[in-house]
Amino acid sequence: MALLEISRLHKKFGGLHAVNDVSFNVEHGAIKAVIGPNGAGKTTLFNLITGTLAASAGAVQFKGENIQGRKPHQIAACGIARTFQNIKLFHGMTALENIMVGRHLRSRAGFMASMLRLPWSRQEEQKIRGKAMELLELLEIAAYADVDATSLAFGQQRAVEFARALALEPALLLLDEPAAGLNMHETAEIGRLIARIRDLGITVLLVEHDMSLVMEISDEIVVLSFGQKIAEDVPAAIQDNPEVIKVYLGE
Amino acid sequence: MKKLLPLAALVLIVVTVQIITEWTDTRFYLTQLTMSAYYALLIIGLCVVMGYAGQISLGHAGFFAIGGYLSAALTTHNLVAYQNSALIRMLDGLGVLVSGQDIYGDALIAVTPWAACAVAVVSAAVIAWILGIPVLKLKGHYLAMATLGFGIITYRIVLASEYFGEADGISEVPAFQLLPGLAVSGDFGAREENYYIAWGLLIIGMILLRNLIDSRVGRALRSIHGSEEAAASSGVDTARFKLQVFVLSAVFAAVAGVFLTHYNGGIGPSESGVMKSVRYVAIVAVGGMAHLWGAMIMGVILNFLSLRGVFGSYDDAVFGLILIVVMLFAPNGILSLNWRGYAYMIFRLATARKQSGGKTDGPA
Ligand SMILES: Nc1ncnc2c1ncn2[C@@H]1O[C@H](COP(=O)(O)OP(=O)(O)OP(=O)(O)O)[C@@H](O)[C@H]1O
Ligand SMILES: [Mg+2]
Repeated sequence: MALLEISRLHKKFGGLHAVNDVSFNVEHGAIKAVIGPNGAGKTTLFNLITGTLAASAGAVQFKGENIQGRKPHQIAACGIARTFQNIKLFHGMTALENIMVGRHLRSRAGFMASMLRLPWSRQEEQKIRGKAMELLELLEIAAYADVDATSLAFGQQRAVEFARALALEPALLLLDEPAAGLNMHETAEIGRLIARIRDLGITVLLVEHDMSLVMEISDEIVVLSFGQKIAEDVPAAIQDNPEVIKVYLGE
Repeated sequence: MKKLLPLAALVLIVVTVQIITEWTDTRFYLTQLTMSAYYALLIIGLCVVMGYAGQISLGHAGFFAIGGYLSAALTTHNLVAYQNSALIRMLDGLGVLVSGQDIYGDALIAVTPWAACAVAVVSAAVIAWILGIPVLKLKGHYLAMATLGFGIITYRIVLASEYFGEADGISEVPAFQLLPGLAVSGDFGAREENYYIAWGLLIIGMILLRNLIDSRVGRALRSIHGSEEAAASSGVDTARFKLQVFVLSAVFAAVAGVFLTHYNGGIGPSESGVMKSVRYVAIVAVGGMAHLWGAMIMGVILNFLSLRGVFGSYDDAVFGLILIVVMLFAPNGILSLNWRGYAYMIFRLATARKQSGGKTDGPA
C-alpha cells in the first residue's frame, strides 16, 4: 500500500477543470515531483490533498484512510505538512514563534493551563521551544530566532516556513516550489536538505519548476498539463518523453 | 523575570495613587478609578480577540450588560410571592437565597450575589458560544455587522423588558460580599477597599491574559491572525480557537459587568448601548490592537476622563473621533508611534530655525 493514493481527483472552478481526473501514488520514503507549465493545476492539487479546497470528485487516501472531505487541521493531524508557493508566515511573530506554531499538534496546553501557567504546561513550553530551536539550527537560521519572521530576507523566510512544516514531524511533506526565488547556491542547498529530510524517514511530494533540481532529487515525476496527468515515470524517462517535451517546448 | 517588572510597577502605581489621594484629600478620584478598572477588564479581554486573534466584535457591551443585568435582576427581584413553590424551596436548600428586608421594611427573598454572579457569567459564556458558532465563520465587515446586530438586540431587550426595568434599569442592587470583610459596594466607607478589589481583579486579568498570549494557545490565536490558511495547515483548529477566545472575552466582559453593577448599586440600558461597544473597540485600537498593556492603559485613562466628565456632552463623539484619528494616523496605536523620533524632529526643527534665522541676517 502506498503512503498517499490519489484516485480520479477532480476540481472544477466554474467551467475550468483545474485538476482533471488525476490519479497517482506516492510510496513510503520516496521523493516525488509534480511538474507542469504555469496554471497546470499543481498548487490546486496540493490544496485538494491538504483540504484547503474541497474536491469536485475523486478520493485521497493517506495511510489507507480516506482523508478527502476532512478539514485542513485534521489532515495535518494525520501527518501531512506543507509549505506555500507564496510564503505564508505569521506576521507579528518571531521566526522562533512561527516554528513553535508547528508544534501545535505535538503539545496540548489549552486555555486554562496556558492562563494559569501550570507546571506541566511550562515544561511542555520548554520542549516546544527546544524543538523549534533545533529546527532553526538545522536550517542554519538560528541567528534570526527572535526576528519578526516577515521582516527576514526571502530565502530565510522560506527556511522558516520549511522549519515550521518539519516541526509537525509529518509522514508526508508537501513542498510548493521550494526553490522559487532562490539563487543557484541556495537551490543546491535546498536539494541537499530535501534529501536529508527523506533520510529522516519523511516522504516528500514537491512541485518545482527548477528542472535540474527535480531531475536530481526525485525518484519519480508526475507531469500535469491543463489539469491532466500526461506522464508519470522516473526522471530519465520523463526527459525523453515526447509528450512532455511537446508541452514544455511547444510544438 | 523581565515580564514581572511591568506588573510590579503597576502594583506600585496602584498603591501610590491610593496613598496620594489619601494625603491630598482627593479620595473622590478613587470612585472613577475603580469604575475605569472594571471597564479596562472588559477592554483587555476584547484586546485579545481583536488584536491577537484578529476578530472584531461590536457587541461586547452586550456581554457586559448580560453580566450586569442578570446579576442585578437576580439579587433584587423579590421572590417572596413564590416562597412556597418547590423550586424556591429547593434553591433555598442549596443556600443560594437570602432573606431580608427591602427598603420599605417588607420581607425580601432574593438570590445571593455569588449565585447571581455565577448565573450571569455562565449565561454570558453560553450566549457567546451560541452566537459565536455561526457568527465567527464570518470575516471582516460581516463579522462586525453580525456582532453589532447582537449588541442592538441586547440593548432593545433590556430597554423593552419589565424584568430589566425598561428605561430606568435596575437600582438598589445589594453589596457583593466576596469574603468576610470584603464587599463590592458603593459605600463611601468602602472606597479604598473597592479600589483595591477592582484593581486586584484587573491585575489578575492582566496576568492571565499575558500568560495566555505567550503560550501554545496564544501562538495559535496569533497564527490565525497572521494567516488562517497556514494556521490550519499547521494543525490549528481555527474555528474552535476563535470560538473559545470569543467566549473568554465575553466572560471578562460579564465579570466586569457584574462587579461594576454591584459597585454602582445599579445598571441602566446605556451600558448595553451600541456606542459603548464602539467605545471599547476605539480604546483597543488606540492602545495598539495587539498590545495588552496599551489596551489596559488607554482603557483606564480614557474611561477615567470620560467618567470625570472631561468630554462633556460630546462623550460619544469623542470616542468616534478617536477611532477615526487612530485609523488614519496611528493604525498601530498611539503607543507605537515613534515619540522619540517626533521629539527629535521637533528639536531639530526648532534648532534649525534658529540657525537659519541667524544665517539670513548675514548675506541678505
Ligand atoms: N481559487 C481559484 N478560483 C478560480 N480559479 C482558480 C483558483 N485557483 C486556481 N485557479 C485556476 O486553476 C488553474 C490552476 O491553477 P494552479 O494555481 O493550481 O496552477 P499551478 O500549476 O500551481 O501554476 P503555477 O506554476 O503558476 O503555480 C489556473 O488556471 C488558475 O487560474
Ligand atoms: Mg502553483
